[in-house]
Amino acid sequence: MKLYFHYFSIHLRSAMQYKTSFFLTLAGRFVTSFTSFLGIYILFDRFHSVDGFGMEEILICFSTILMGYSLAEWFFRGFDRFQGIISNGEFDRIMVRPKNELFQVMASQMEFTRLGRTLQAVFVLAYAVWASGIVWTPDKIFTLVFMIVGAFVLYCGLFMINACLCFFTIQGLEVMNIFTDGTKEFGSYPMSIYGKHLLRFFTYILPIACVQYYPLLYIIGRSSNLFYMFLPAAGILFLIPSYILWRIGVRHYKSTGS
Amino acid sequence: MKKYWSFFKIRFVNSLQYRAAALSGMATQFFWGFMYILMYSAFYRTNPAQFPMEFSDLSTYIWLQQALLALFMAWYFDMDLLNSISNGNIAYELARPLEIYSMWFVKETANRTSRAALRCGGILLVAFFIPQPYGLNLPESPLSFLLFLVSTFFGTLVMVSLSMIVSGITFYTTSSQGVRIAASTIGDFFGGGIVALPFWPDGLRQVASLLPFAATQNVPLRVYSGNLAGMDAAWSIFLQIFWFIVLCVSGRALFRRALKRVVVQGG
Repeated sequence: MKLYFHYFSIHLRSAMQYKTSFFLTLAGRFVTSFTSFLGIYILFDRFHSVDGFGMEEILICFSTILMGYSLAEWFFRGFDRFQGIISNGEFDRIMVRPKNELFQVMASQMEFTRLGRTLQAVFVLAYAVWASGIVWTPDKIFTLVFMIVGAFVLYCGLFMINACLCFFTIQGLEVMNIFTDGTKEFGSYPMSIYGKHLLRFFTYILPIACVQYYPLLYIIGRSSNLFYMFLPAAGILFLIPSYILWRIGVRHYKSTGS
Repeated sequence: MKKYWSFFKIRFVNSLQYRAAALSGMATQFFWGFMYILMYSAFYRTNPAQFPMEFSDLSTYIWLQQALLALFMAWYFDMDLLNSISNGNIAYELARPLEIYSMWFVKETANRTSRAALRCGGILLVAFFIPQPYGLNLPESPLSFLLFLVSTFFGTLVMVSLSMIVSGITFYTTSSQGVRIAASTIGDFFGGGIVALPFWPDGLRQVASLLPFAATQNVPLRVYSGNLAGMDAAWSIFLQIFWFIVLCVSGRALFRRALKRVVVQGG
């Protein structure tokens, strides 16, 4: 843990070397997710609701997913560049070091400019919490926090799986964007609006709906099923297959040479 | 002219090599289109009276958008070009007996068209066989198909000139990631990339449709299904030509000014 903080401060200091560039990039990221927010606003300005969900309720969904995603991006960004680590043979070096490989990849890069997205999520969430008219009892606050944690862990797992595939293909796969960027984009809305089959897929196979749709139902009082409150735990369970896949990948690893 | 044409050909053939990547990209875009249509159908279910166009026209809009993504994606920049500015290779380019703006313009156009050529066929074919109202329609009339081709042509030119301006700004800032990210999202948003312009609230919509961003994908995708027809279509295509000339002239001026006092980075 101490070592991680050391890495953390190294990355932070190196990012601060280029202050203007850092803040411009940060602002750029903020604008990016702001347009997604505007997109939701425009649609609700016209339609007022979708499948019985009002705008504030959708915004809770949007901001929790965005926050989970952006936090995962901060800390797990190393996996995004994993293709490079594999193809230039850097992974050989990582394997001979006495620390855990997973830890090293994680610490190899941190992308602080993603803070722009996190900030966006914080603002939108604050607005939605205030404007939704929900009475925030402790159980609901717990569910909300749990949603964010669940989304964060789920995306960490997804980034890991994404990286694992590089063990087998050397190149990254654009298709995997469907599950990371895609679920972030379309996860702004409860997965139920996409129909029954997709909801099932996103509940049992890739448990995105467990960190947004079901707990959201509990928060807005559409369901009083206490079970829904704890469903974001599925995001944490998702780490198990991700980790197993990672282990298989590491065992399967053949160096690409120089 | 001939030398620019050969640059175009080299780039075009070069990018045609990446067939596996194109397949993977096609799958991604297919998923994207599919999800967008499901999302809009949820809104349609909730409040059909507020829907500004036929649902099948919207599906057509989305499938065309996904198929032609490579032509109109605002966030795509030629990394060779940007890197050559920040690592100093631009010195070689300057030594060539060619005009640098035109050369890069041609290269980027070639990149975009070759990518689109590789990807659009498959997506359009599959989308065509999806049942109504979720699939791709035939064009409204032969005339609207012709207008679609014309406006796709000019839309691409406007898109490339826009991204050339953003690249031109790179001369002044060295590290341009922030500017690029912000400019491309704004461009995408106002071009109808996130929510199609007919869905926008009154007032904002009229303003947005005058901006150069709307002269990109917004026009061809709507002309095809007849959502934009008659005088409106003619006016939009006129705007496309107007913006192309304005952006091209100012981009060229930006390049000329920047190159007068260019600092070559590194050795």
